[in-house]
Amino acid sequence: MTEILDIVVLVFILIGAFFSVVAAIGVVRLPDVYTRNHAASKSATLGVMFILMGTFIHFAAEDHTNTRLILAIVFIFLTSPVGGHLINRAAYYTGVKMWDRSVRDDLMERVGNLNVRSADGKNRKTDELKK
Amino acid sequence: MRSGDLILQTMSKVVFFIIILFSIHLFFEGHYRPGGGFVGGLMTSGAIILLLLAYDMETVKKILPFDFKWLIAVGLFISVLTAGGSLLFDVPFFTHVHDYFNLPLLGKTSLHTAALFDLGVFFVVVGVTLTIIQTIGESE
Repeated sequence: MTEILDIVVLVFILIGAFFSVVAAIGVVRLPDVYTRNHAASKSATLGVMFILMGTFIHFAAEDHTNTRLILAIVFIFLTSPVGGHLINRAAYYTGVKMWDRSVRDDLMERVGNLNVRSADGKNRKTDELKK
Repeated sequence: MRSGDLILQTMSKVVFFIIILFSIHLFFEGHYRPGGGFVGGLMTSGAIILLLLAYDMETVKKILPFDFKWLIAVGLFISVLTAGGSLLFDVPFFTHVHDYFNLPLLGKTSLHTAALFDLGVFFVVVGVTLTIIQTIGESE
């Protein structure tokens, strides 16, 4: 029984490590802040959740059920995408440019006339920042 | 300053209670495992700072309508009372006692006066952190 659990733990932790490596490679190789954030927030979240799940199973098999790990999994699942969303939102509203091969920007039509504070502290229209 | 981000505000409503519950858990298990008044207090103030980030200063003042400097005074008062209470029983200052009690719901529980001292530390840490954050946040 413990051997099977060991294999399950091994698989969980290897999957988690794999997703973390994929996230790191994505951050290095993707072209702009939005795609990088997409890699970092999705893949790293899943990787960390898998590693925590493997740790939980490992200690639960030894009768040390650690409910903090379950809480941590739920917490990371809730908060990490929100963090990614906030970083992307802040990047968009401060006028960070998208990859030059991007094809459409639907949010631009909605918030095109919005006044945002650019990096030099002056209020500018987002249209000017995009140029 | 209002961020007005619906996703952040909704999520901080949920996450606030998780952080508060975990800080209470850290506070109470401090005697047997890593944790205690300092970490619990820091985590509680972290939860309140999350509300400050998601909403604004006025909203948090409406939720917690008291001056956080009072928390420092209350915490120091609790700690000094705990330490000085030992003088009433003709033992040295800061002597702690513990005993086992049968509480109605919890059953046999060991209660220690060091927990009261820790409660004082908890209040002081929450008060100091939030006073610092509030003072920096309000200055223009």
